[in-house]
Amino acid sequence: MRAGMLFSAVVMLSSGLVFGQTEVVEFSDESLRPRYLQLIEELRCPKCQNQNLADSNSAISIDLRLQIQSLLEQQNSNAEIKSYLTERYSDFILYRPLVDRRTLFLWVAPIFFMLSAAAAMVLVLRRQHRISDHPSDDSQIVISDSDKQRLAQLLNTRNDLR
Amino acid sequence: MSPRLALFAPLIVFVVVAPFLWLALDRDPNELPSARIGEPFPAFSLPSLEDPKELLNTADMRGQVALVNVWATWCYACRIEHAMLNELALMGVKIIGLNYKDNRQEATRWLNQLGDPYAFSIFDAQGSLGLDLGVYGAPETYLLDAKGIIQYRRVGVLDQRSWQREFAERYQLLVSGDVE
Repeated sequence: MRAGMLFSAVVMLSSGLVFGQTEVVEFSDESLRPRYLQLIEELRCPKCQNQNLADSNSAISIDLRLQIQSLLEQQNSNAEIKSYLTERYSDFILYRPLVDRRTLFLWVAPIFFMLSAAAAMVLVLRRQHRISDHPSDDSQIVISDSDKQRLAQLLNTRNDLR
Repeated sequence: MSPRLALFAPLIVFVVVAPFLWLALDRDPNELPSARIGEPFPAFSLPSLEDPKELLNTADMRGQVALVNVWATWCYACRIEHAMLNELALMGVKIIGLNYKDNRQEATRWLNQLGDPYAFSIFDAQGSLGLDLGVYGAPETYLLDAKGIIQYRRVGVLDQRSWQREFAERYQLLVSGDVE
């Protein structure tokens, strides 16, 4: 019983370790491997949208991984490999979009939103400070006699309703 | 912000977000922009499906407005699409087949059984031309002008509706421009 539970726990925990990439990749120069791993991590599978090339098992991802491997072997730089792929599959394939006119908003928007959130927070906090710095302000509020009368009246009706 | 104005916050958020959602309704997230529109058909040298000894190249793609249809026998949707291609071929549309990562025997059998709408089929066993074109899933259909420049690309089944919506007008324009 306990062994069975242990076994199923191991199975469940290790299932998260399964990667899409199945083929064995051999490099003539092992120093290419980290670049290969970084590239397939950063490039997107054209077919499966929410997966990178490293994760995806689709035929096109396998082809592209092989292509990246051979481009690396042919001494292409990362930039050259990326432009090779964007020429064919458009900017879509880059999970890290380029900074240019079309994507500027994408890059600037988070900073803009963070700054405006910070500004809003500063404003709100300042106002709260001002109120708590002058508690005596409350006592200085002048209520006219007629208002006092009305207040009493309203409070009375509330009590009646109860 | 006064408490009364704060009550409008959800409405304001909705008004800001709604246009984006509205635009997204019409977008197919599976559709990639083709990086090849407006560019010449990539250079290649591959055998034809019918005759392994006959080598085809970019020159064979020029001369007439044509569709290039990426197909394979392993592609289920290609079977659905095939009747439409036969129909278009009957109408006189020139269709060039790109047999993509397929088996020559099976592909030939397929054409014998279902009819051959293609002027010729390029046999791309390794998918190298497919890669150069930016093919990511069969079926795909490209529209080439008479100079062999890619004018349009559709990913997915070409049926009566998509032909009318996406191709018919572009095709007619190219053909009539070609005649003048």
